[in-house]
Amino acid sequence: MIDTTSTRGTPESTLRNEEPARQPPAGVAAPRVSIAVDDTRQSRAITSVKAQVENLNFYYGQNRALKNLSIPIADKQVTALIGPSGCGKSTFLRCFNRMHDLQPDTRYEGSITLHPDNINLVGSGIDPIEVRMRIGMVFQKPNPFPKTIFENVAYGLRLRGVRNRATLAEEVEKALRGAALWDEVKDRLQDSALALSGGQMQRLCIARALATTPEILLFDEPTSALDPIATAKIEELISTLRDQVTVLIVTHNMQQAARVSDYTAFMYLGELIEFDEAAKIFTNPSKKATEDYITGRYG
Amino acid sequence: MASTAATKSNDLVSRSGLRYRKIRDRIVETFLLAAGLVAVFTTLAIVVILLTESAAFFDHVSLKDFLTDTMWTPLFADAHYGILPLVAGTLTTTIVALIVAVPVGTIIAIYLSEFASHRLRETVKPILELLGAVPTVVYGYFALTAVTPLLQMLMPELPGFNMLSAGLVIGLMIVPYVASVSEDAMRAVPRYMREGSYAMGATRLQTALRVVVPGAFSGLAAAFILGISRAVGETMVVAIAAGMQPNFTFDPREQAATITAYIVQVSLGDLPHGSIGYQSIFAAGLVLMLITLIFNVIGFSLTRKFREAY
Repeated sequence: MIDTTSTRGTPESTLRNEEPARQPPAGVAAPRVSIAVDDTRQSRAITSVKAQVENLNFYYGQNRALKNLSIPIADKQVTALIGPSGCGKSTFLRCFNRMHDLQPDTRYEGSITLHPDNINLVGSGIDPIEVRMRIGMVFQKPNPFPKTIFENVAYGLRLRGVRNRATLAEEVEKALRGAALWDEVKDRLQDSALALSGGQMQRLCIARALATTPEILLFDEPTSALDPIATAKIEELISTLRDQVTVLIVTHNMQQAARVSDYTAFMYLGELIEFDEAAKIFTNPSKKATEDYITGRYG
Repeated sequence: MASTAATKSNDLVSRSGLRYRKIRDRIVETFLLAAGLVAVFTTLAIVVILLTESAAFFDHVSLKDFLTDTMWTPLFADAHYGILPLVAGTLTTTIVALIVAVPVGTIIAIYLSEFASHRLRETVKPILELLGAVPTVVYGYFALTAVTPLLQMLMPELPGFNMLSAGLVIGLMIVPYVASVSEDAMRAVPRYMREGSYAMGATRLQTALRVVVPGAFSGLAAAFILGISRAVGETMVVAIAAGMQPNFTFDPREQAATITAYIVQVSLGDLPHGSIGYQSIFAAGLVLMLITLIFNVIGFSLTRKFREAY
């Protein structure tokens, strides 16, 4: 049994997760929303949707890698994508910031509508660079640039034309604090980022993404290259991030998905099998395939 | 269990077969070591000959004259043995060459590595590398008969032999080297590094200049050093297009001899072995080797200092 509130970590978030209007009797594990994949229309029950994926198909050349995905991404919540290798979860994640546009011969169909602006992130009229300006990403392998710690975090700000030294210093500190790295690096901001440990590098990459205040932050298996202690720190960090940003995370690790996510989508062979509250998916999935996967029968 | 398995495998591969393989391995290993030693031995032999012949030269000429005299006229009746004019000529042509090769080579590398499509890159790179296969004597006559007249249209007072034209053509000649090595270095920057930059909303140019070039710095430094070594050691172009008169000047519009041009000039002549003029080319060669060595050491330390481990 997974207790959704105890994994949150902070008392504020516990409060925030309770919605007074639909407050069930105390003691009852309260599903905030009830969504079955058969009827994603009901997903409006999520109080605030940051992005709505609607019939998304993605093609590598002739190969259809994602099939008719429809899923709401809840605002300021953590949504996890799980599924066996090759199920398309990373491919799906990379649609949100148009990383596929860097490869030739790729094509999107359908829409990912970003609220409140109602722009279609995968629309052909939308500049991928504009999309990436608004949606941050943290990769599987920590990939700091061969620059100083400071310059790594300032990178996105400089790209956006910020030159004022004081502003840069302020924003860099804020981002490093947000990524729980400030205390470890504040005395060596001018050292090379490549001298950091793997876990620190990954938190630096999170700080780098946070510095430009993205609307959605994408995590592509952010801890698969890290040891358990560094992993725990990143997970804790992701849990606290939901106060500021909508998080979408791909993970291989089901315990991780259970620990950090509010909503979980299970994908298989490019299709969405089930999407629901994390607590529901991990305790009482409605599909047999989901149950088989989370109980380790395959994957 | 394990021991029976081992006995079994020994039966399958006979002991004599194993011994044969070991001996064969040893023979091949020795052969490889010998091949490697040829290179080491050749280098050592060159250094020894340069040093012994130069020592004979310095019996006649004091080191002070060699390093401070501003005249190099070993073949005249009034002989002067100051290496400075030759060094000045070498450095001037090299600098002119680098002014061409470093920016052009780097820009080509950035374009090929970051902007060109896969097909374009695979077409252009072999052609670029083919340019490096053109004999240098062709470049020499290209400088003398095409580039110099062209320059003379802009600068009518330019002499027929000048370092500017030679340097420009050397620069052109080493562009393929610089571009090719730089491109390799930039392509070695891992994809996840670029993705990190693109994911921040960077354009291709921003990614190339702010992430890829700094990430490939050690490789770029190596490319430039390689270019310098080529330019310093270049012989035919300067011998043909820059004139053969030692001239202590850093003005590229003048004619001058470089160290290599002087060596060629003397080697082609009929100076008897053991004469001071003959020995002077070894002293000049030694200086040339030292210059190259200095640049290589600088390059090596730069590379180490800025090396980025991914």
